[in-house]
Amino acid sequence: MDLDYGPEYDTFRQQVRDFIEAHSHLAPPCATRAARPSPEAVKWQKLLIENGYTARTIPAEYGGYGAEPDILKSRIISEEFSRAGVPGGLTNQGISMLVPTLLELGTEEQKQRWIEPTLKGEIVWCQGYSEPGAGSDLASLKTRARVEDGNFVINGQKIWTSTAKQADMIFCLVRTEPDAPKHRGISYLIFSMDTPGIEVRPLKTMTGHAEFNETFFTNVRVPVDQIVGARGQGWLVANATLGHERGMLGDPGALENRLQALIALMQEERIGQARAIDNPVLRDRLLALQAEVSAMKCNGMRILSNSLKGESGGMAKLIVKLQSCEIAHQISALAIDAMGEIGTLYHGSPREREGGAWQWNYMFQLGLIIGGGTAQIQKNIIAERGLEMPREPKLAKISDAAKATADMPRHKQGSA
Amino acid sequence: MDFGLSQDQQMLRDAVARCLADTCPLDHVRECAERDNPLSDKVLRAVQDLGIPGMLVPEEHGGLGMTLLDAAIVAEQLAYAVAPVPFLASHVLAPIALSEAGSEEQKAQWLPKIASGEARIAVAISETIEARDGAVVSSADGRLNGTALFCLDFEGADAYIVADAGGRLHLAAADAFRLETIPLTTIDRTRSVGELRFGGTEAELLADDNGTTTARLRDAGRVILAADSLGAGQAMIEKAVDYSGQREQFGRLIGSFQAVKHMCAEMAARHEPCRSLVWYAAHAFGAMPEDVSLVACHAKSHTGEVHRFVARTSTEVHGGMGFTDLIGLHYWFKRIGFDRQVLGGPETVRAEAAALQGWIKAA
Repeated sequence: MDLDYGPEYDTFRQQVRDFIEAHSHLAPPCATRAARPSPEAVKWQKLLIENGYTARTIPAEYGGYGAEPDILKSRIISEEFSRAGVPGGLTNQGISMLVPTLLELGTEEQKQRWIEPTLKGEIVWCQGYSEPGAGSDLASLKTRARVEDGNFVINGQKIWTSTAKQADMIFCLVRTEPDAPKHRGISYLIFSMDTPGIEVRPLKTMTGHAEFNETFFTNVRVPVDQIVGARGQGWLVANATLGHERGMLGDPGALENRLQALIALMQEERIGQARAIDNPVLRDRLLALQAEVSAMKCNGMRILSNSLKGESGGMAKLIVKLQSCEIAHQISALAIDAMGEIGTLYHGSPREREGGAWQWNYMFQLGLIIGGGTAQIQKNIIAERGLEMPREPKLAKISDAAKATADMPRHKQGSA
Repeated sequence: MDFGLSQDQQMLRDAVARCLADTCPLDHVRECAERDNPLSDKVLRAVQDLGIPGMLVPEEHGGLGMTLLDAAIVAEQLAYAVAPVPFLASHVLAPIALSEAGSEEQKAQWLPKIASGEARIAVAISETIEARDGAVVSSADGRLNGTALFCLDFEGADAYIVADAGGRLHLAAADAFRLETIPLTTIDRTRSVGELRFGGTEAELLADDNGTTTARLRDAGRVILAADSLGAGQAMIEKAVDYSGQREQFGRLIGSFQAVKHMCAEMAARHEPCRSLVWYAAHAFGAMPEDVSLVACHAKSHTGEVHRFVARTSTEVHGGMGFTDLIGLHYWFKRIGFDRQVLGGPETVRAEAAALQGWIKAA
């Protein structure tokens, strides 16, 4: 057990601190929900790339900084920006999901064309994966693309397309080989959101905001070379990016920040003359969450250490999405409880705290528990891959059973 | 940077696991648990052959001078095998108390004998955490009065380390005059605890340092109990997974039902971060002594909560069989129950964690 990063890294950490100290006045306000980066955010992004603090390991020829991958340096950068409360560059689906995918599986031309402007914030992407009938069972997606005169002609509907309104481009899964087995009939296409035949309708959620959209495709024509990977290989391409998304949703640093905000809130809020943190029941819940977050931070160090040794994270990694989302949700729940009646205030009400952020988080985090692989799908993965438990019986058997019960009255089913 | 066990530590873990697999099968545990004194001489000898009693004894006193993380690794394996041997007090707390606070004479008298397995010292500090049944020990003029409950590794001890109401530590010989010792029987038959009643009993002062050493013993004890809970939890999860991969109902392995799978996944998901937390806390004891109290509280309370869940869920996965004595699952269930309560249950420990952070005044 050695928690020191070593002198080389201490020097690096100091460099990062010095940079932040000298430049933080140029930083845009911390992560907003705006989909299109502001001009300050774009400038900040450029400065960070030039100094190797974002897009660090992406080759310079594609607009990155071009450093050798160094997990500890990347970790130090994210620790220091987070500690200083300064945004560490743009985070969006284009940067976190599409760029790594193109680097891994794109053609040289695709890399040249798309990566740099995406990194610079000039091109905003949205993700077209889920459909109303294809959520947890994503591979059953039905949006179809037939080939006609050198174009894919796309018809169908996507859902949960966050930022689709503002996006310039979409990376999208469509069925190109309708006769192939479901996982082998999908292709991964990239195309402009200005293409005729695309309609975006905002999808208002329980938070009262439209963080997502529904996107409809009617005879949308996309040149056949705008595919990543080969025809029918889209499932493999998409899985490369889903891995990146799951990593994104489980950052122990983010949990720690939420916990610190909760502690501050509970020291601030008064119940009569006493602070919320003086209430022994609320305080006990806070400490239980602090212990959980502490365990997840240690778990994060263990995963980091495993990846330094080139080992897989194993079970420690498989559980991150499930646990992190759950703990984050409990943190928001306690914040609301600690505020009592004040905790219900929302919609810009007088006396509302922090712009209603705790209620928004409490609701939105439920979306995160469901999205990116539901908690139940995560549990299947943990059980089947991590614990090597037996898989569900084959589909054929289930469909026999389904036929036998087809006439029974059923409750309306929602998509998960 | 390396967060994890060194190669030596992995070898230690594997050696202890092999040794216990050979000497401490469940039938042996069952046999021991049915006796008045459930401790196993056979397993204790095997553990002594590995040098475990001397792990935390400094090298100059004939020990191995190892760390609390090494001890946590052993604790995990002992719990995994539900081994009925003394460890927490006799091989961890007593050597720590003696080597951190003892006089040269006390060290020379006891540490070599602890390391060789010739002597065992039990430890009673529970009243410094919370007093129950009015138990309290007072000291004056080299004599102790009062009662100490939950003296750990009680059976077969040659001496007792006892904390008084002021957090001072005293060392009393087991055969001291005016000392009454009463065994207590807990759910967990694999560990022994007892009650000490002092009536002007002679005792040597071991530490008079405003409770500093007593606090170190609390920290170390909590980390080791957390590690024990981890090992017992690991065993219970593995058993649930194995059982659900063998048992068939409705023409299917029950492990293929999502209801069962999700129970196992929830156990694993809550259990796995505990391992990292316990390692960190054990490492902090030696490497970051100023931080260890808080993280020891976290490790103790969190493993207590998680493994209570694991203990009941694993039992449920085993169905009716889990409830019987036939497969002995309850030995781990009870070990987890013991680990949770002793040296401060989750609520007590969390209140202490709050005080450590200045959120409330210390009790």
